[in-house]
Amino acid sequence: MARVQAEMFDVGAEFAAFTHGRSDLGGVVSFVGLTRDFSGDATVHKLELEHYPGMTERQLNDIERQAVTQFTLQAAKIIHRYGILLPSEAIVLVMAAAPHRAAAFEGCWFMIDWLKTKAPFWKREHRSDGSFWLEAKASDDLAAARWARG
Amino acid sequence: MDQQITVLYFAWIKSELGKTSDQITLPASVGDVAGLVSLLAKKGSPYAEVFARRDKIWVAINQNRAEWAQPLHAGDEVAFFPPVTGG
Repeated sequence: MARVQAEMFDVGAEFAAFTHGRSDLGGVVSFVGLTRDFSGDATVHKLELEHYPGMTERQLNDIERQAVTQFTLQAAKIIHRYGILLPSEAIVLVMAAAPHRAAAFEGCWFMIDWLKTKAPFWKREHRSDGSFWLEAKASDDLAAARWARG
Repeated sequence: MDQQITVLYFAWIKSELGKTSDQITLPASVGDVAGLVSLLAKKGSPYAEVFARRDKIWVAINQNRAEWAQPLHAGDEVAFFPPVTGG
């Protein structure tokens, strides 16, 4: 089950919980997204993340389930924060466990690409030159489209 | 019969409208999302300006992504938001 929270998370503790009691896992690939302190030439003081409570959890759980099915993962987990984040803080943690590394890498990559284009989160940068809602990037759509089965 | 629905707004749409939601009573003549958007745009500023940018707006009905031609029913939760930027 995915988790959406305002609080910071501890990557080590989350990894330990994810693998606890499992002696059947071949490997885990994880991705941690971080808050940058710059955007173009501007300094970012903080990042605000809004989300759609209810739909967010549903979409993230769907993405976990789809990753498990599509890449035959042994386990999948997404933790995503919302609220005010400061530079260098972690935004998102994605973990994929599989019997062998290829599926774990692919499953993790799929989940982060998929959530960037499906999960209802919106970033607003509070910068040296004002506050701006970020626009979606075409490159993220292309990255997600790569995983479509067809 | 008139139908009551809840409309939610997120990100810049919420900022520009200055509110997070509306309770809307749909007249019998409005049956889908496109009709709802026209109805909202007729409320004048700032709705008209926001919904003039509908190519930059996604819609969800009851927390599932939807299309403009999708029908609406009494009690629906309709959300308008920009393309997502999480991760």
